Amino acid sequence: MTERVSPGRTEPGGRRWYSIAAPTDQRDDDPRMTATPALAIELVGIHKRFGEVHANKGVDLAVRRGSIHGIVGENGAGKSTLMSILYGFYEADSGEIRVNGAARRVRSPGEAIAAGIGMVHQHFMLVEPLSVTDNVMLGAEGGPRLAHGARQVRAKLAALARDYGLTLDPDAVVGDLPVGLRQRVEIVKALVRGADVLVLDEPTAVLTPEEADGLFRLLRILADEGKTVILITHKLREIMAITDRVSVMRRGEMVATLDTAATSPAQLAELMVGRRVLLRVEKNEARPGAPALVVENLVVRDAQGTARVDGVSLQVRAGEIVGVAGIAGNGQSELLEAIAGMRPIAAGSIALDGAPLGAAERDPAQLRRLGLLHVPEDRLRTGLVPSFEACESAMLGFQDEQRYGAGALLDRGAIVAHTLAEMEAYDVRPRAPLLKTAKFSGGNQQKIVLAREIERGPKVLLVGQPTRGVDIGAIEFIHRRLIALRDAGVAILLVSVELEEITALSDRIVVMCGGRITGERLPDRTDERDLGLLMAGVSDRAA
Amino acid sequence: MDALSIAIAVFDSGVRLSVPLLFACLAGLWSERSGVVDIGLEGKMLVAAFAAAAAAHATHSAWIGVLAGVGASVAFALVHGFAAISQRGNQIVSGVAINMLAAGLTALVGNAWYSQGGRTPPLDGAARFQPVTLPGAEAARGVPVIGPLYADVLSSHTVLVYGALLATLLTAVALKRTRFGLRIRAVGENPAAVDTAGVSVAALRYAAVIIAGVLCGFGGAYLSLAQAAGFLPGMTAGKGFIALAALIFAKWRAWPALGACFLFGLLDAISIRLQGVSLPWVGLVPVQAIQALPYALTVVLLAGFIGRAIPPRASGLPYVKER
Repeated sequence: MTERVSPGRTEPGGRRWYSIAAPTDQRDDDPRMTATPALAIELVGIHKRFGEVHANKGVDLAVRRGSIHGIVGENGAGKSTLMSILYGFYEADSGEIRVNGAARRVRSPGEAIAAGIGMVHQHFMLVEPLSVTDNVMLGAEGGPRLAHGARQVRAKLAALARDYGLTLDPDAVVGDLPVGLRQRVEIVKALVRGADVLVLDEPTAVLTPEEADGLFRLLRILADEGKTVILITHKLREIMAITDRVSVMRRGEMVATLDTAATSPAQLAELMVGRRVLLRVEKNEARPGAPALVVENLVVRDAQGTARVDGVSLQVRAGEIVGVAGIAGNGQSELLEAIAGMRPIAAGSIALDGAPLGAAERDPAQLRRLGLLHVPEDRLRTGLVPSFEACESAMLGFQDEQRYGAGALLDRGAIVAHTLAEMEAYDVRPRAPLLKTAKFSGGNQQKIVLAREIERGPKVLLVGQPTRGVDIGAIEFIHRRLIALRDAGVAILLVSVELEEITALSDRIVVMCGGRITGERLPDRTDERDLGLLMAGVSDRAA
Repeated sequence: MDALSIAIAVFDSGVRLSVPLLFACLAGLWSERSGVVDIGLEGKMLVAAFAAAAAAHATHSAWIGVLAGVGASVAFALVHGFAAISQRGNQIVSGVAINMLAAGLTALVGNAWYSQGGRTPPLDGAARFQPVTLPGAEAARGVPVIGPLYADVLSSHTVLVYGALLATLLTAVALKRTRFGLRIRAVGENPAAVDTAGVSVAALRYAAVIIAGVLCGFGGAYLSLAQAAGFLPGMTAGKGFIALAALIFAKWRAWPALGACFLFGLLDAISIRLQGVSLPWVGLVPVQAIQALPYALTVVLLAGFIGRAIPPRASGLPYVKER
């Protein structure tokens, strides 16, 4: 397991002044805690329904001042809904919000800000063409004329840079900043508004491991200063590394709140899913055969002529999984799409089963006939049609096959029957071929796509982000399927931004940065730090 | 006439013709910077022109006419706002409806009231705006080149012309330097950011749509009370659409909007001037070809000469809080 911020350690700045020793918690005796209420946030009996869906069922949550409190749960467990209620985005149907021990109504983000609650959203709430200063002061300009507010914001930015190392160029245009700095702008926005409670929703989804470590150091400093941090995540590693306490949500209910030091990832995973979960994928040694997919010096350019894939060579052999790691946006998507025939290639060659593909063969339909199948990264944009019935989504791209009817007419009965069979085999819930695709959860949508592609008996399978937005139970299922497919002799090229997934599934790992391959590793001879350096473009030490 | 006096006459006429474009263009600017696409500029100007002429006819006061024009235009703007903001409807459909409603309603009501084929009775005296002479204009006339330029191109326009200049200045300053302007710019790019900052998206967009209504009101009133002497059916003649083209040309910025509108006004003035004139090599140009000149140039300019014009990212998209 990765290192944890241990209870006895003094943090940078030496500001630690409370103990988070877990089993015998003496914080209630701490005189400093009796002066102000020890609980910064209390949610009591929160209920929220969206039509049929009961998203929060009587949720209670108590968050101690100056602590980092994690909230974990599968997708759809109700974490984000709960935090949206705390931030005033939604109003709870019933229940009470207490801030510093006093009941408060929080019906809008404005009221949440007034109550000292700040939120860093998963999808940043920034205005890209505006400067850092403009973004930070938006909504808190301090008067009708901007010049005055801008001066104050600049002073505050300078103070935050000095106190916390949150350096930002106040005149930089937000759209030009890398994601790590954009997140910093969001944090600064909350702090400038005087937030005492900082809620972060999946903050590390877009960060490199190094950036994530930097964020965690910052959160610890903030907590030591007496601020309260609520961290929503589905990454158990982060929970173990940074939080003091952790609450687990499952299907709209709060199932447990534990001291982090007294729990384990296995216990948390079990609580999240409601049953035992294997965190590691069990697999046998790969028995790779002949190269099935060979890519040589591939160059892919975007509409502006920039090389998004810049001379990539790799090969995938039958019966092995090659994982492509990298921070989102470093050419992995373009690589996958170029191999799948969805993007033109500027230079280089692709060979399937030893036969080079000509321009005529590099067409998605033709490639499918040749046995190269593709589970695209963005299932809602390219994998499925959300407004179609599930059975229609389940035959996309294969609608010409005999089994769906002959000639110009489709055979509805056959389509529904075939979809139902796939749903059985892949445990898609509910088993409703006529339900709209959009009504299925992310995990079940992904299973529909996987079933469609895998059922065609691929020789080479391209898989992009197979478990993005998918809950733990479905992740387990999908991982087992991919391993079984590998064992059956399929060559699999896996692109994922989840390092855990890459290391768990891959037989070989290549890392991409800036459109180039920065290194290749075997999963049992590397670690997150090593991969993180390659992802950040630090060139291969082995070279 | 010598070349200078021809040029001055064309420039003078260009200024006059660009004013309604400028009002409409600024109206579109406010609306679209807030994220509400407005192709109903044409319709709003038309109802304003009619209401202004009718009120001025009844009261013999140009100022009451302007008030009535602004009121009618704001009422139409609120209909568009209700459809686009509160009901999250399609903004193009709503704008088209505004244009059709305005064209039909002004002709119908005009005919019912005045029985002059949709026209209002001709206006004169205090019911119209008269040119104002800027200080020193007459004295300056004697100075070569600069004198007539000042006296004829800058001076001797109606007060609404100077109002359009003032509106440009106010728009530029408000957008750039005020809290309201920052919020408008932000809400047109990313309404969710404004919402999470604790500011009402709907209130901002309604404010912008109302400002657009007021500006279209001035533009319409200028058509019937200053440029012409009364209302004619369809007298906006596509100016609302040319204003939209100018808005794209100006990339949704106030001072470039002034430049773009003046350019289009000038083209219009030149085309009027060229009618019946025999050009070297070309000979007598057909009137229709000359009248098409501003439109042809619009297409050419928009197609190739202004580079990438990126609209506010959220324009045209109703704001729906995601679940």
